[in-house]
Amino acid sequence: MNSLGNIKTISKRELSAYFTSPVAYVFIVIFLLLNGFFTFMVGGFFERGEASLANSFFMWHPWFYLFLVPAVGMRLWADERRVGTLELLLTMPIAPWEAIVGKFIASWIFLGLALVLTFPVVITVNYLGSPDNGVILSAYVGSWLMAGAYLAVSCITSAITRSQVVSFILAVVACLFLILAGFPPVINLLQNLSHHWQWLVDTITSLSVITHFQGFQKGVLDSRDVIFFLSVIGFSLFTTSVILRTHRTS
Amino acid sequence: MIKVENLTKQFGAKRAVDDVSFSVERGEVLGFLGPNGAGKSTTMRMITGFISPTAGAVSIGGFNMAENPIPAKKLIGYLPENAPAYTDMTVHGFLNFAAEVRGLRGDAKRQAVRRAVELCFLEVVLHQSVDTLSKGYRHRTCFAQSIIHDPDILILDEPTDGLDPNQKHEIRQLIRKMGEKKAIIFSTHILEEVDAVCSRAMIIDRGRVVANGTPLELRRKSKWAGAVTLRVNGMEAGAVQAQLKQIRSAQSVMTETSGARVTATVFPRPAGDGDLTREILAATGGWQVEELRTEEGRLDEVFRSITLPDTAAKEVKA
Repeated sequence: MNSLGNIKTISKRELSAYFTSPVAYVFIVIFLLLNGFFTFMVGGFFERGEASLANSFFMWHPWFYLFLVPAVGMRLWADERRVGTLELLLTMPIAPWEAIVGKFIASWIFLGLALVLTFPVVITVNYLGSPDNGVILSAYVGSWLMAGAYLAVSCITSAITRSQVVSFILAVVACLFLILAGFPPVINLLQNLSHHWQWLVDTITSLSVITHFQGFQKGVLDSRDVIFFLSVIGFSLFTTSVILRTHRTS
Repeated sequence: MIKVENLTKQFGAKRAVDDVSFSVERGEVLGFLGPNGAGKSTTMRMITGFISPTAGAVSIGGFNMAENPIPAKKLIGYLPENAPAYTDMTVHGFLNFAAEVRGLRGDAKRQAVRRAVELCFLEVVLHQSVDTLSKGYRHRTCFAQSIIHDPDILILDEPTDGLDPNQKHEIRQLIRKMGEKKAIIFSTHILEEVDAVCSRAMIIDRGRVVANGTPLELRRKSKWAGAVTLRVNGMEAGAVQAQLKQIRSAQSVMTETSGARVTATVFPRPAGDGDLTREILAATGGWQVEELRTEEGRLDEVFRSITLPDTAAKEVKA
C-alpha cells in the first residue's frame, strides 16, 4: 500500500516533468508525423486496399521505437545523476525499486499516450472498410508492450552513464540487436553460418521483438509473447537496480 | 539520535573516510570542518544512506541505516552539496513532491509546504520554475525541501555556500533556532559560522577526525589562546619589546608598528601560573596604552595547524 503510494508519487512527478519541457510535445508530433508518412506514403495504405493496419501501420513501429524510445528513456537516470537529484531521491524514505518502477511507469504511460493519439488511422480504416478491430486492438497492445521493452532497456543504459547522449546511443544499439535478431536477412545469414546449430539460431531469434510482435499483429494474444515482453521489462528494471546499487557501494 | 561507529569508506586505493566515530544528540548542532576533499561530504552521504560504507555502521534514532533504511531515512532531512533540485518543476511543485514522498497528504501537506516556504522566504518565487532561480533561491528551495517534514535530524552539506551575507545570516539563525529541538550536522569551511551556530565542532582531515570539542575548546588549542595584545601610542617598537620581555610569565613578544602606534602581543609561558595581564599592567606604568585584550585563540590558526601537518613540518625543516 505504502509502496503503491510512493510509486504513484514518483510517477506523477516524472510524468509532469515530461509535459513541462518541450520534449513531450516534440516527441508526440514527430511520432505522429512519422506514423502518418510511413502509413500513407511508404506503406501504401490506400493502394493496398486492405481493411487492416498490420502491413501499413504496425510494421513500422519496431523501427520508429528504435530511435524514439531511447530518446524518451535517456534522461530517466542520466539526468538525475548529472543534476544531482539522484542524491535527493535515494535519501528520501523510498526503496530504490519503487523509484525505478515509478519512473518506468511514467514513461511507459507517456508512450502509451503517444500511441493512443494515432487513433485517426483507426477511424480512417473503419470509415473506408470493415477491419477486424480485435486484431487492431491486439496489435496496439503488442506495440505498447514492445515500447515498454525498449524503454526498460533504455533505463539500463541511462543508469550506466550521466551523459544522455551516451545513454541514447547505447540504447539504440541494444534495441537494434533486439530487432535484428528476428530480421529475415539476419536469420538467413545465421542459418548459413551454422547449419548444425539450429538451436543457437532459434535462441537468438527468440530474443527478437519482431518475432514476438508478429503474433499480436495477427490478432493472436499468445501468453508466451506477453511473457517475453514482460520478462524483458522485469529483467531490465532489475539490472537497473543492480547498476544503481553498484554506484552507491563502489 | 545520530550514532556513527568506525565509519570507513574506501574509493579504490583512496581511503576517503577512515574510522570515524561520533554521536549527536537532540539539541546539538555539530559543525563539520575540514579542507576540501577531507571526507565531509562522503561522511554525510553515508549518514543519509546515499552511499554505503565499506566498514562501520550508522544508526539513526535507533535504526541501523544498512538494515532498516526506510524508517531511518524518515527521520532525516538532507540538504546535499550544491543543493540539487528538479529543474523542470516550479518551487511549489517541487516542495509538494517532497511533502508527498514524506507521506504527507491533504491539509498536512499544504501546511507543511506553507511552513517551509515561510521559514525559507520563498513566497516571491513560489510559482517560478527552479531552473530560472538565482543560486541563493535555489539553495533555499532545497533547504526548504529538507525541513518540509519537520525532521528530528538535519544533515546540511554547506548550507550557506553561495549565499549573500544577508541570506547567510538568515540561514544561520534558522539553523541555530532549529538546533534547540533537533540534532543537526552541518559542514562548512567558513570558520565564523562555527562560532555563530555550533554547539560542537569537529575537524576532519584526510578522512580522520583530528579535533572534536566546543568552539571554545578548539580555540584554546591555538597558540594565541591566553596571549595578551596591547596597543601603545608614542613609543618605539624596540623599547616596547625590550620592556615586555622582562615580564616573568612572558614566553615571547611579537610587535608590529603602524604609524605612531605599536601593537604588541605577549605569549605566556606554557606552564605559566602567573597572571600575565596584571604583570603587563605593572610593567607598562606610564605608557599610553590605548587597548589591552586577552586573546581567546584563533580558530583559523588551529584549523591550519591541525590540517596541514605536512606543510608545517616542511617549513620547520627549511
